[in-house]
Parts: sequence; structure tokens; C-alpha cells
Amino acid sequence: MAEPLLRVEKLVRRFGGIIATDNVSLDVASGELHAIIGPNGAGKTTLISQLTGHLEPHSGSVSLAGRDITYLPAYRRCALGLARSFQITSLLLDFTAADNVALAAQAHAGTSFRFFANARKEKALRDAAHAALDRVGLAHRADVLVSKLSHGERRQIELAVALASKPKLLLLDEPMAGLGVTESQGMVKLLQELRKEVSIVLVEHDMPAVFALADRISVLVYGRVIASGDPAAIRANEDVKRAYLGDQHVVTHG
Amino acid sequence: MKNFTVSKAATALMLAGLVLLPLYSQLSGNVFILTLFTRIIILALAAASLNLIMGFGGMMSFGHAAYLGIGGYAVGMLAQEGVGSGFIQFPVALAASAIYALVIGALSLRTRGVYFIMITLAFAQMAYYVASGLARYGGDDGLTVYNRSDFSGLINLSNRTQFYYLCLACLFGVIFLIWRIVNSRFGLVVQGLRSNEQRMQAIGFPAKRYQLVCFVISGTMCGLAGALLANNTDFVSPAVMYWTRSGDLMVMVILGGMGTLFGPIMGAVVFLLLEEFLSQITEYWALIMGPLLLLIVLFGRGGIMGMLGRAGRG
Repeated sequence: MAEPLLRVEKLVRRFGGIIATDNVSLDVASGELHAIIGPNGAGKTTLISQLTGHLEPHSGSVSLAGRDITYLPAYRRCALGLARSFQITSLLLDFTAADNVALAAQAHAGTSFRFFANARKEKALRDAAHAALDRVGLAHRADVLVSKLSHGERRQIELAVALASKPKLLLLDEPMAGLGVTESQGMVKLLQELRKEVSIVLVEHDMPAVFALADRISVLVYGRVIASGDPAAIRANEDVKRAYLGDQHVVTHG
Repeated sequence: MKNFTVSKAATALMLAGLVLLPLYSQLSGNVFILTLFTRIIILALAAASLNLIMGFGGMMSFGHAAYLGIGGYAVGMLAQEGVGSGFIQFPVALAASAIYALVIGALSLRTRGVYFIMITLAFAQMAYYVASGLARYGGDDGLTVYNRSDFSGLINLSNRTQFYYLCLACLFGVIFLIWRIVNSRFGLVVQGLRSNEQRMQAIGFPAKRYQLVCFVISGTMCGLAGALLANNTDFVSPAVMYWTRSGDLMVMVILGGMGTLFGPIMGAVVFLLLEEFLSQITEYWALIMGPLLLLIVLFGRGGIMGMLGRAGRG
């Protein structure tokens, strides 16, 4: 295999005496959907935050397509093709759906130090926004303020925003969080489509979704990767069953 | 969209009134009203510049009056040193304001929220004390500007009507610029940062750079107001930079409607007219003014512009 798209090596992050990320190493190959699962408090969000640049590790390294990005600020990583969605929806509530997505496109289309021309009339940006909204099935809600959208719709906008930056790698932090059954199914279907175009790191609690989607799964417990492999291998892994999945009776029934 | 017509009609009425005011002053022989409104327009310009960072950018600067002083002192000091040309005075006033904004902004924007308010206030108070210490330029007592800026016959600032229209043109020009800026790429980024900074960073925008540029633009615009103000009063003193003046500007913005294009003008007109007329009625005018403002801010969310919008809907 060639250089992995994302390589995480021996990452360590402590909060006081607690080791939230304990020597984590992972590779995400190009085109792969890599799921990270683990019980509450396993350090999934801490790990994601170090990948996106919102949190600095104490040691170890993160590299994207061979380039060391361990200490790059979030906005620079984004320019290199790393996009994220937030576990807790984080959008510009007083902007329309289209504006939210168009801003993401704008960030990757030349300088934003333009002071005079009306940005809402830039066809390329609007088209990109509508394409991304269409992708997540929300084209008809483009001109609605995000504050007026439902929770499920906002989750989809999160995804559209991430897509609009044309990322190489998408980091999705619990995209199903708070979604109803039908909405979750819609999201799984959408991710199934997206994975054909972009590599994805998926952090998720919804086990059926993870096992349906992932090429590979890494299991995080107390900040440490206890297993990593394809869904079948994870299903069969005794450590995983004991540490995590067994409690939820998902694997045996799934 | 009925609500738009009410606030738009009120705005149009106010703007028409401002344009026609010199005519009324001429016909009625009321010179005072022209002087009063020249001052109102200059402070409306300052409020509009503050609104750019406060209303659109979410940066609560509590030291905006510093630029009034810097612009004013640039004119006054140059005049005292024998440089009377407005073509030099005004660019120097703008440049000095821009440099001050760049330095203060670079330091202040490291902080957020209350700390940002406090640090901008602290810098403005420093500017106030520096001006008080300028013995050569009048110190505490201020500096008289004996000759208004000279624009080589292009426009005569000593002519009341001409000066009024110069100020009005500056105000309209600044409002036009702000209108373009807030709808531009840059403006959307700045407003996005007000709304959700974390999100903007995540989609690839370095927050501080955009905020700093916005801060500098705003300060430069307010420096223009300062240069006009010194010409209007033929005088500049540290008092124009005092924190209460910064507070007045904030009140005008909030009163008129933060983040609206014409709100600051509306706010400045209402605030300064109230101040003028209440102070004619009673010495204790602030006792009436205070509660009045409190009521408007408490019950009129979105300021006057917000209330007009709701009046149209209801």
C-alpha cells in the first residue's frame, strides 16, 4: 500500500492525571471509511480534536498525505483538505443554509479579502453551495435560516458544509447524534453515497450504522486502541466483546 | 414584506430630512439647527463606524471615542504647526487612526468578551491621558483650531452650509462603503465570525486576521469623524476621548439598531436631539434620559430599527 492518507503515530494527550489519548496509532487509507468506536469517555472526541487541530497533543504526530500537520492550526488543515463535522451541531444560526455552505466554498476559492463585490452574487460559490445542499438532499431549504431548520436538517447541513470545501478526508464526529430512526437511515444511505467520493473517519455510537458502513473499525477504550480491523474481525474479537460491545448485545444479534 | 416598508419609509424620511435641512434653516433663519445637525451627522458617522465592528463584527469596542480624538488632534496639531491644508490634515488623521487601530486591535483581539471591552476601554483612557499630557498642544485645556482645514477653494469649511454638506457626504459615503463591505466576501466572513468563530475556523478562516482588518477599517472611518468634529467645534480637547463619549457612541448604535445599515444614524439623531431638548427643560436631564434609554433597550429589542420592523408587522 502507498502512503496512507491519514497517519496517526503514538499520539498522547493528557488532561491533568488522566490520559485521554494513550499512544494511539492509526492509518486511514485513501478511499477508506474508517470508523472509530468506543464507550463513552473513551477519548473519541479528544482524538478527533487533535486531528482537526482544535487540541494539541503532548506527543506523537499526525500527518495528512505524507505531510506533518501535528501542530498546524485548524484553518490550515482545512486548506490541506481536511474537513470536519461537529458532534454538537455548530453552524452559523443567523445565516441561511446556502450562506453557511457558500462560506465553506468561499474559504477554498481564492482570497476573502475582497471588500466591494457582493459575495452572494458570485455564481461559482452559489453553485457550489447548491450542489452540496443537493448532495445531502436539502436544496429546497437553501434560503431558510439555519435557526429555523430542524435538528435533523442541521445535521445534514453540517455535512454539506464539510463537503463544500471539497475535502480529501472527512472527519465526522457522531453525525447520527440525536437523529430519529428514519433520519438515521437517511444519513447512513447518504454516507454510503459519499464514501465513494471521499475518505471518511467516522466516530459514531450507532453500532448498526458503523457495521454497515465501515471498511475498518478501530476500538478505543480508555484512550487506547484495543483492536483494529474489518467489521468481521472486530465482531469476532474477544477483547472488544468484553470491553465494549458485549454489553450492548449488538454484535451477537447484528 | 410590509415590515420593510415601515422601517424603509422612516429611513427615507430621515435621510430626506437631513438632505433638506439647510434649506429649512435658510428659510426659517434658524442657524442653530444647522449647527446642531452638523454635530449629529458627525457623531452619526462615528456611530456607523462603531456599528461595523460592534453590530456586524460582534466586537464590543468600548474605546471608539479615541479615534475622534486622534482624528481631531491630527487636524489641530497640524494647524498649530502651520500646516493648514486639508489635503494633508485629513489623510494624516485617517492614517494616524488606522495605525492606532492596527496596534490596539492586534493586542485587544487576543481577548474576547468582557476582556475585549475592558482592554479597548483601557487603551482609549490611555490615549485620553496622553492627550492631557500634551503641554504644547493645550494639555487638559485642549487646543483651539484657529483656521478650519483649507481645501484650496474646492470647498469652504467655514461656510456653514458647505461644511454641513461635506459632513453629510462623508456620512453617506461611509454608509455606502459599509453596505458594500458587509455584503462582500470579507463582510460575510466577519459576520460569520460574530455568529460562530469555531465553525469559521473549522471551514478554513483565520479569525483574527479578518477581525483585525475590520477593526482598522472601522477606526479609520471614525478618524474621519474626528477630523470633521475638530473643524466643527474649532477646538479639540482630551474630553472627546473620555470613556463616557465611547459609551455615548455605543448607546447610539444600540438605540438605533445594531447590525443595521441606517440604525446608527437613527440612534445618533434620537440620542442627541433628546439630549439637546431635555437639557433645555431641566438641569437634571440625565435623570430622564437614562430611564428612557433603558426602556428602549429593554423593550425594544433590535433598537429603533427593530421596533419599526415589528410595528410594520403588527
